[in-house]
Amino acid sequence: MAQALQPLAGTRRRPGARADLLSGAPAVTLLLFLAPVAAGLIGTWLPAFGWFPALGGEAFGTEAWRRLLADPALPGALRLTLTSGLLGTLGALALVLGFVACFHGSPWLTRLRRLMAPLLAVPHAAAAIGLAFLLAPSGWLVRLVSPWATGWERPPDLALIQDPGGLALALALVLKETPFLLLMTLAALEQSNASERLAVARSLGYRPATAWFKTVLPAIYGQIRLPIYAVLAFSLSVVDMALVLAPSTPPPLAVLVFRWFNDPDLAMRFVAAAGATLQFVLVVGAIALWRGAELAIGRLARRWIAGGERGGGGEALLRGAAGGAMALATALSIAALAGMALWALAERWRFPDALPSGWTTRILARQADGLLWSGGTTLLLGLASASIALVLVLGCLENERRRRLRPMSRGLWLLYAPLLVPQVAFLFGVQVLAVVLRIDGTWLALVWSHLLFVLPYVFLALADPYRALDERYERSALCLGASPLRVLLEVKLPMLLRPILVAFAIGFAVSVAQYLPTLFAGSGRFATLTTEAVSLSAGADRRVVAGYAFAQALLPLICFALAVAVPAWAYRDRRGLRGLV
Amino acid sequence: MIKTATARLAAALLAAALLAGAAAAESFEQTLARAEGQTVYWNAWGGDERINDYIAWVGERVAEDHGITLRHVKLSDTADAVSRVLAEKAAGRDEGGSVDLIWINGENFATMKREGLLFGPFVEQLPNFALVDVENKPTTLVDFTVPVEGLEAPWGMAKINFIYDSARLQDPPRSIPQFLTWAEANPGRFTYPAPPDFLGSTFLKQVLYELAEVPKELQSEVPDEAAFERVAGPLWDYLDALAPHLWRGGEIYPASGPAQRQLLDDNEVDITISFYPSEASSFIANGLLPESARTFVLDRGTIGNTHFVAIPYNASAKEGAMAVANFLMSPEAQAHKQNPEVWGDHTVLALGKLEPAGRELFDALPRGVATLPPDELGLTLPEPHPSWMTRIEDEWRRRYSR
Repeated sequence: MAQALQPLAGTRRRPGARADLLSGAPAVTLLLFLAPVAAGLIGTWLPAFGWFPALGGEAFGTEAWRRLLADPALPGALRLTLTSGLLGTLGALALVLGFVACFHGSPWLTRLRRLMAPLLAVPHAAAAIGLAFLLAPSGWLVRLVSPWATGWERPPDLALIQDPGGLALALALVLKETPFLLLMTLAALEQSNASERLAVARSLGYRPATAWFKTVLPAIYGQIRLPIYAVLAFSLSVVDMALVLAPSTPPPLAVLVFRWFNDPDLAMRFVAAAGATLQFVLVVGAIALWRGAELAIGRLARRWIAGGERGGGGEALLRGAAGGAMALATALSIAALAGMALWALAERWRFPDALPSGWTTRILARQADGLLWSGGTTLLLGLASASIALVLVLGCLENERRRRLRPMSRGLWLLYAPLLVPQVAFLFGVQVLAVVLRIDGTWLALVWSHLLFVLPYVFLALADPYRALDERYERSALCLGASPLRVLLEVKLPMLLRPILVAFAIGFAVSVAQYLPTLFAGSGRFATLTTEAVSLSAGADRRVVAGYAFAQALLPLICFALAVAVPAWAYRDRRGLRGLV
Repeated sequence: MIKTATARLAAALLAAALLAGAAAAESFEQTLARAEGQTVYWNAWGGDERINDYIAWVGERVAEDHGITLRHVKLSDTADAVSRVLAEKAAGRDEGGSVDLIWINGENFATMKREGLLFGPFVEQLPNFALVDVENKPTTLVDFTVPVEGLEAPWGMAKINFIYDSARLQDPPRSIPQFLTWAEANPGRFTYPAPPDFLGSTFLKQVLYELAEVPKELQSEVPDEAAFERVAGPLWDYLDALAPHLWRGGEIYPASGPAQRQLLDDNEVDITISFYPSEASSFIANGLLPESARTFVLDRGTIGNTHFVAIPYNASAKEGAMAVANFLMSPEAQAHKQNPEVWGDHTVLALGKLEPAGRELFDALPRGVATLPPDELGLTLPEPHPSWMTRIEDEWRRRYSR
C-alpha cells in the first residue's frame, strides 16, 4: 500500500504527503473542467433572471421568462426537440441492444465493430450534411430512382428533410449515435463475463437473444448508463446537425436559443438566457425521466427474467429486423460519405441525373487555401486537446488505482457534466468569462473549451479498459522490484496501447466535431473545417460544402486508422496483446 | 479633382477632429503607416463562396499594398458579430476587441449605432470615399432611413431582383399581386427564405411596400400599434393567401438566398430572389445555375439598399480596418466585385468621378448573359425604417414559425 502511494514526483521523505503531482490530477482536472461549466451556468442564469448590468439589467425579475413562455415558437420548438431527441436516443439504443443481443458471438459483430470506429469518427455536421445530400427530395436516393421508377421529372414536393416532425434529424441522430453506443456496449461486454453468462443461459435452454437480454443486459446496463445519458443530452440540444436537418420555422429549442443569443435586439439576450436555462431544465428532466423509466422497467423486467420463459419463434423475426436495420443504418452512413465525395468532385450534377454529368477538381482546388488553413487549425486543436485530455485522464486513473479508490468515489463522474449539460446552456457564460480573463479568441481559450468535451469522452473510452486491466500484472511487476512509474510506463501503458490510442482518436474526433465551443471561445476568429462546413451548409454551393464536410470527416478517419494500425503493427508478433481490450 | 478630394479630406478631417474631441486626427498616410503589419479580422457573412473568394482576393491585395493580414471570419448571420462586440462590452473589454471590421447594414447598423458600439466617424477620412456617388445613390448616406454619419463605409449596391429558368418558365409574374395568382396556378413552385434571413425579410418589405396605401409612412419609425396593424394588415392577408401555394405548402422555408438558389437549380422551385443585379450571370459562370437562367424585376420597382463595412468601437486594428475599407471603395476593388464572373455586386462609385483608367476597368466588364441592362432594372424603392423590419420579422415569426 505504501508502495502504491509513492508519488510520481518523488517525495520519498514524506510518504503521507498528498500534494504530489499524481494525486493532484483529479483536483486539477475538476478545477479545469468544472469551473468553466459552473461559471458558464451562473453567467447564463443571472441574465435569465434579469441580472446583466452591461445591458441595463440591474434588478432580478421574471420578465425574461414571461417573454420566453409567451414566445409563439416555443411550443413547436419544444415538441420538435423532444420528438427528435427522444426518438434519436431510443432508436440508437434499440438498434444497438437489438443487434448485439441477436448477434453476440457472431463474426458480424466483429465486422460491424471494425466499421463503427470510423463511423464514430465522422463529425456530426459532416454526417448531417451527407445525409441531407442523400435524403432531400432532390437528393441522391430520389435521383437514383427517378424518373424511370418514380416518374418524377422534378423533385417531389415532400419534406423529406427539415420535416416539421423532426424525423430527419432523429434519423441522423440514430445513425450518428449508434457507433458510440455500440462501442460503449461492446466495451462493457468485455468486462462482464458475457460469454459465460450466455453459455449458462443457453445450456438452460434460453434462446440467444432472450438469454442476452435476461442475463447480460442487466449486468452491463450500469456501465452504459452514462453514455446513454450523454447521448440523450446531446440529442436534445444539438445545434449543428439541427441547422442542417431540422426545420427552421420553428427550429428545435437549442437552435432557437442560439438564434436569440445572436439577435440584434439586445433585450433578447435575456430571453435567450432564460431559454438556455429552460434547455438545461429540459435535459435534466429528460434524464430524470429516463432514470425513472429505468427503475420501472427494471422492476417489471425482474419478473420477466425470473419468469423463466426461454424465448420462442419471435427471435428469428427480431434477428432479421435488427440485422436489417443495422445494415440499413450502416449503408446510409456510408452512402452519405460517398455522396459527399461525389459532390466534392462534381462539375455539374442536376436533378434527376444519378451521377454528375461532369467531373472537376477545379472547385476543390479553388478552395485549397481555405481547406488547408481551416484544416490545419482543426488538426492542431484536435491534437492539442486530445493529448492534454489523455495525460489528465491517465493521471486520474493511475491515481485512482494507486490509492485504491473506488471508481467514481472521488467525484470524477462530475467530469461528465459537460456532456450532460447542454452546450447552449453554459457557453454564453463561458464566453463572458473568457472575455473577463482576457483569453477570448486565443488558442488557450479554444483548446480549453474543446477539452471540456474531449476529456469526458477520452475518460469514457479509457476508464473501463484501464480499470479492467488485471491487477496481477502490476503486482507481479512491483514484486519484481519495479518502481510504480516503471510499471506504468513499461507494463501498463504498452498493454493498454490500443485502448489508449483509440481513446486519443475519439478525443481527436470529438474536438474536430465541436461547433458551438469553437464559435464561442474562439470569438469566431478560428475557422475549423466544422465551422466552415456548417456556415457554408446554409446554402452555399453544394460542391464546396461537400469538400469541407468530406475533409472534416477525413481527418478523424485518418486518426482512427492510425489508432488501429499502430498497435496491430507494434504487436504483430504478440497475439495475446492484440487480443487485449 | 485631386484638389477637390484634398479639400474634402481636409474638411472631413476637421470635422472628424471636432467630432472625435480629444482624439487627434491624423493624415491617411499616417493611418496607412500604422496599419502596416496589423491583422484585420473581418466579420462577414460567409454563406456564399463566390463572395468568400472575393474577400480572399481583397486579403491578397491589401497584403501587397499595405502589409495587412486580412482574416475573414465567416458568419452565418451578421448579428453574430454584433452579439460578440456586445459580449465584450458586457465584460468591459473596451479595447483589444476581437472584431475589426463588419459587413453590415440595416437593423444591425441601427443597433450598433444606437448602442454606441461603433468607431468613428471615420469614413470621410478615407480618400476613396470622395469617389462615391453620394448624389445619385442616396442610400450610401442613409442606411434604412438611419443617417450613416460617417460610421460605416459604403461597399456595394443591392437591389431586389428575381431569377428564373427561362427554359421552364416563360412568363414570370411582374408584380406582388401577380405573384399570388401565379403561385395559385403553380402550387409549390415559389417560396422565400425564412426571415430574419435578409432576403426573406426584404421580400416581406417588398410586399409591404407594394400593398401599402401610403408607402411614405414606412420611411419613419413605426408610430404605434394601431398604425402598424393598419399598414401591415394587407401584408398578412397576402401572405396568408400565398402560404398554402408555396413550396412545401408554406410549412417550411429555405434558410437563405443561396439555399433557394439551390432549390431553383434542383428544379424544386421556379423562382429565386437575389440582391445583386448581376448575380444570375455570376451563378451561370460558376456552374450554379443553368445557362437558361434569367432575371426579372417588378413593374412598380423593387427595394434597393447599400451595404457597408463598419468598425466596432473596441476594434484592435482600427487603422488596418480603415485601410481595408478604403481599398474596398477603390475603383479596382469595386470593378472586380461588379464582374459577374466574380460576384456581380454593383458599385457605389460615381463613374464620372473616376480617372479614365478607373473608368476603363468598369467599361471592360462583361455584362453577363442574364443581367438586365441598366434601363430595364426598374425603379429602386427605398428601404423602410428598421423598426418596420423588426416588427414584421417578429410578427412573421409569430404567424408562420410555430
